[in-house]
Amino acid sequence: MTDSNTLSHLDLETPEKPFLDANELVINMGPQHPATHGVLRVILRLDGEKVLGLECVIGYLHRGVEKIGEHRTYTMFNPYVDRMDYVAAVSNGLGYCETVEKLLHVEAPPRAQYVRVILTELNRLASHQLWLGTHALDIGAITPLFYTFRDREEILKIYEKYCGARLTTHAFRIGGLQYETYNGFEREVKNFLSFFRPKIDEYEELLTTNRIWVERTKNVGIISAKDCIALGVTGPVLRASGVKWDLRKAQPYANYKNFDFDIPTCQNGDTYDRYLVRMAEMRQSVRIIEQAVEGLPEGPVMAKVPKVMKPPAGEIYHSIEAPKGELGYFIVSDGSTQPYRVRVRPPSFVNLQALDLMCRGQLVADVIAVIGTLDIVLGEVDR
Amino acid sequence: MSEEAKSPSSQPPEGEPKPTADKPSVPGGVKATTSGSVQSEPKASAEKSVSAEKPASPAPAPVPPKPAAAPPKAAVPTPIPWDSPMIAKFKSTYGSGIEPLTYAGQNYMVVDRLMIPDILQILRNEEQFDYCVDITAVHYPKREKQFDVVWVLYSYSRNERIRVKTQILDGESIPSSVPIWAAANWLEREVFDMFGIKFDGHPDMKRILLPEGWKGYPLRKDYGILQQDNEWVQINLGIESGQ
Repeated sequence: MTDSNTLSHLDLETPEKPFLDANELVINMGPQHPATHGVLRVILRLDGEKVLGLECVIGYLHRGVEKIGEHRTYTMFNPYVDRMDYVAAVSNGLGYCETVEKLLHVEAPPRAQYVRVILTELNRLASHQLWLGTHALDIGAITPLFYTFRDREEILKIYEKYCGARLTTHAFRIGGLQYETYNGFEREVKNFLSFFRPKIDEYEELLTTNRIWVERTKNVGIISAKDCIALGVTGPVLRASGVKWDLRKAQPYANYKNFDFDIPTCQNGDTYDRYLVRMAEMRQSVRIIEQAVEGLPEGPVMAKVPKVMKPPAGEIYHSIEAPKGELGYFIVSDGSTQPYRVRVRPPSFVNLQALDLMCRGQLVADVIAVIGTLDIVLGEVDR
Repeated sequence: MSEEAKSPSSQPPEGEPKPTADKPSVPGGVKATTSGSVQSEPKASAEKSVSAEKPASPAPAPVPPKPAAAPPKAAVPTPIPWDSPMIAKFKSTYGSGIEPLTYAGQNYMVVDRLMIPDILQILRNEEQFDYCVDITAVHYPKREKQFDVVWVLYSYSRNERIRVKTQILDGESIPSSVPIWAAANWLEREVFDMFGIKFDGHPDMKRILLPEGWKGYPLRKDYGILQQDNEWVQINLGIESGQ
């Protein structure tokens, strides 16, 4: 692995000889295309139906989040991070709060850690549900969308009851949680788990052996483990290519080391395998939430943090396993109330880079499948 | 394909059963002491001096936080030297060109600009830092070398994350690391887009998030938070201003 670091088939100028003697065709997809999950523009270079190469044009949703961060206090910037990956807002908040806590050298109390894990894993379920529904819809299966949105609603209800918001929750605070859990929180989460577990089987019944689904996803958008690592691809995409790596295990944050769960992997690295990995991940998340609710300790939910936060000068890079991959924050403090620099390392941005490689030699219709399987959120790509 | 997929999968599980081996190379839990103060002092004071030059922060006066912060909280850590077999190897080759430090359990090295291509290549090929997590920059307008360029690297086989940092002048370019890590492509383009730092040998050095033709580099400290390229807005959007 160390001897060569070029990509296995990226270095080819033209991947294959044209099937027909046709002229190369350049067409534009997006930015307003329903299957690009936001405002992504893709310039496709085609030979008939076959993709020779493509270029992503991004930035339509650029809001300058990192610049805003330099002009807000640490506390004020907290809600902004929810607006990056808005389908996994809780994960974004967890990464940000933990990074600032590291800068401040404080740690959230155990009860807060448990509640954080519960809410973050619920968020992973919600994110994967949204991915599954829209991904299947892109490929032509409408039913899963209704199923997943029906069940995702139950998660959003728990969020709404906990903090009043459903999507951009701002659930965590630097140092712990602002709110104690509401009465009946544990019961409702448990009820949700017993409601949700058979639903995963239901989704799988719809798709796993569905002939159309299998034909549309098997051997589509293959990426090898070597290419994943070279391109910095993380998350379920990496695991579907056979690399058993998950930050929750490799470098545990929050209190994930207290929980027993597996890292699902597959070997082929195609769209179907990524589907299987995410389905298996949902089951693992259910396991984690179950253990967290069982072991939820009593105690305070907020550590002692100063009202005016002035972290000592220093730099911290901290990352978590967001539903889409490694989400990192690099924050430079100069000892004042505002971060000197906030850098967000978004998983979607880096993963999207692999789209070109994964689509070469595929059909135009498969580009839609590959964009879906990468599970990108443009709010996070563009920031 | 399947052989390729198998070979890396055998590596990460090594680090996995021992999750506490976060930073294995740090010699036994070094607490913040004054031992590293000699090396860390210039850096810390350089960072503190810039606290006063934030454009939109009137509140934090340039009061030196050193005497205020040190006595009440004795445990406020400062960067301390980082030592490991890998660092010893680098030190013997490159001598004073690299300054390895640890802050809050995170290892990084400040490397001379001229040694950057060599060091990155060695880290990738000999030390198995095969995953380029992030490339970014920080702007310090009061310094002579205005920019910090930061690489965040991770090794799957060692389960170790480090940062490499270098200082460059405004207008100075830096060799691209796309030949080393393909992931660097978009990351370097973003640094160029936001800071105007050019990477030599990059296959496609152009803006990525902002439109082509935009003037100015938004993440520089002298670029105001409300500032825009009004000319671009007027020509391309047909409106007076984006505000």
